[in-house]
Amino acid sequence: MKKLINGVDNIVDEMLEGMVAAYPQYIKRLDGFDVVVRAGGSKGKVALVSGGGSGHEPAHGGYVGKGMLDGAIAGAVFTSPTPDQVYEAIKAADGGKGVLLVIKNYTGDVMNFEMAADMARDEGIEVDQVITADDVAVENSTWTTGRRGIAGTIFVHKIAGACAEAGGSLADVKRVAEKVIANVRSMGMAVDACTVPAAGKPSFDLAEDEIEIGIGIHGEPGVNREKIGTVNEIADKLLNKIFAEGIYNSGDEVAVMVNGMGGTPLMELFVANKHVKEVLDGKGIKIHKTLVGNYMTSLDMEGFSITLLKVDDELKKLLDAPADTPAFVQV
Amino acid sequence: MSTRVYDCLKLIAEKIIENKDFLTDLDREIGDADHGVNMARGFQAVIEKVDPEDADIGNALKKTGMTLLSTVGGASGPLYGTAYMEAAKVFAGKTEVSGDDFKAAMEAAIAGIQKRGHAEKGEKTMLDALMPATDVLSEKLAGGASLADALTDACVAANEGIEFTKTIAATKGRASYLGDRSIGHQDPGATSLTMTLETIRDFLKA
Repeated sequence: MKKLINGVDNIVDEMLEGMVAAYPQYIKRLDGFDVVVRAGGSKGKVALVSGGGSGHEPAHGGYVGKGMLDGAIAGAVFTSPTPDQVYEAIKAADGGKGVLLVIKNYTGDVMNFEMAADMARDEGIEVDQVITADDVAVENSTWTTGRRGIAGTIFVHKIAGACAEAGGSLADVKRVAEKVIANVRSMGMAVDACTVPAAGKPSFDLAEDEIEIGIGIHGEPGVNREKIGTVNEIADKLLNKIFAEGIYNSGDEVAVMVNGMGGTPLMELFVANKHVKEVLDGKGIKIHKTLVGNYMTSLDMEGFSITLLKVDDELKKLLDAPADTPAFVQV
Repeated sequence: MSTRVYDCLKLIAEKIIENKDFLTDLDREIGDADHGVNMARGFQAVIEKVDPEDADIGNALKKTGMTLLSTVGGASGPLYGTAYMEAAKVFAGKTEVSGDDFKAAMEAAIAGIQKRGHAEKGEKTMLDALMPATDVLSEKLAGGASLADALTDACVAANEGIEFTKTIAATKGRASYLGDRSIGHQDPGATSLTMTLETIRDFLKA
């Protein structure tokens, strides 16, 4: 394993210090916790708090700022943060109007965030939650933990964040967050696995000509392994699975995210996006906005995900609203 | 001079830390390659946080549960944390371990894990080791066996439970994303749970 680290034990701490050092105008760290909150606080508005394991940077700390999140918790690499950390984030972010937790659907995340929410409610803080589950690679049935929350979560941050910034109540913010969740779907793939620093070796092994389709964002293997094709062929596979949801039809408008997993050249992401646009054009689906870049990564994984969000006038307005955060700036 | 409960917890911690890489490798096959790393971090903290001189088993287990909850993370943190904290209630104020209390603690741990994780037997989780182990323990205790002997048989059942997890697909936790591809692999949580029971068995027999 070759990594630019000082040691595996202090990675999260050192990353947060470095992030705060780079963006003091946006974020500050809670003393003694792996939590960042807005530098100027969140008084008088509904607070949005998200988080999860580290290794997904810029998620989630990079989205703390005006128009998006109010607090973010960074767990150990790919490991849900603990309830005490989430609880501190809720308390610090609370601006007196309630707190909405944006939780990605993983067993650990849901358990730890829910325990923290219970603790905060005991303190009299109004807390509600939404759970993102946009990954169509995973079958949604009573027989699984349910779909994973992946890159589509960023659209929840953006849109619910805009609603909260505009003075929306906790119920309003939750409603638009759930509207996004109902209309957003993603699917990802990897040409190469990531290496968790503490583990020291790749999370799975792929042959020179193999790819993993339906990959998550934690180095977990995908749903099937196959021979590599062209990026157009791969993008078609991801898109077809997303289209099979039946949400995106001719005449609809969508926001698109072509998300890099951390080790993918932007050049390749743009090549993929060219094809995504062609396919959407061919289907008569109008693109309202496109995001291409590393929004929700998986350490050094090489691969990408495609996310589609069906938008209506309300979602478009909130998506287009200004945001000013370390990793997402929109004027 | 440290108390018996502390000595036993320390042995469990050493066992988990010793098997850090093994547990992580199991998790790499079907999960996200962090079970051993997270559990080892948690139990390292347990050794440091639990008072070696407090003989109250309830206190020691409660501190263990709270420490795991705040240091392990993932799903294992809340699940193991809850298991120890529920077991702690059975032992509150006690300095000796009886067979009945041990059985009640295992049942309380199961109930806590089920409440937190919404899992049943047969979903490829730690419960697939803990539940059959508890059944066998109850049965042997009812038949008049000593706790050490009953736990010896319970560990056999827990190991059979690990073998059973190899034959089924996960329907809970991160391994459930793999569907049938999780078949053939043993569950890391069932494995760490069995290690825990085996360490207590060896401690009681020594």
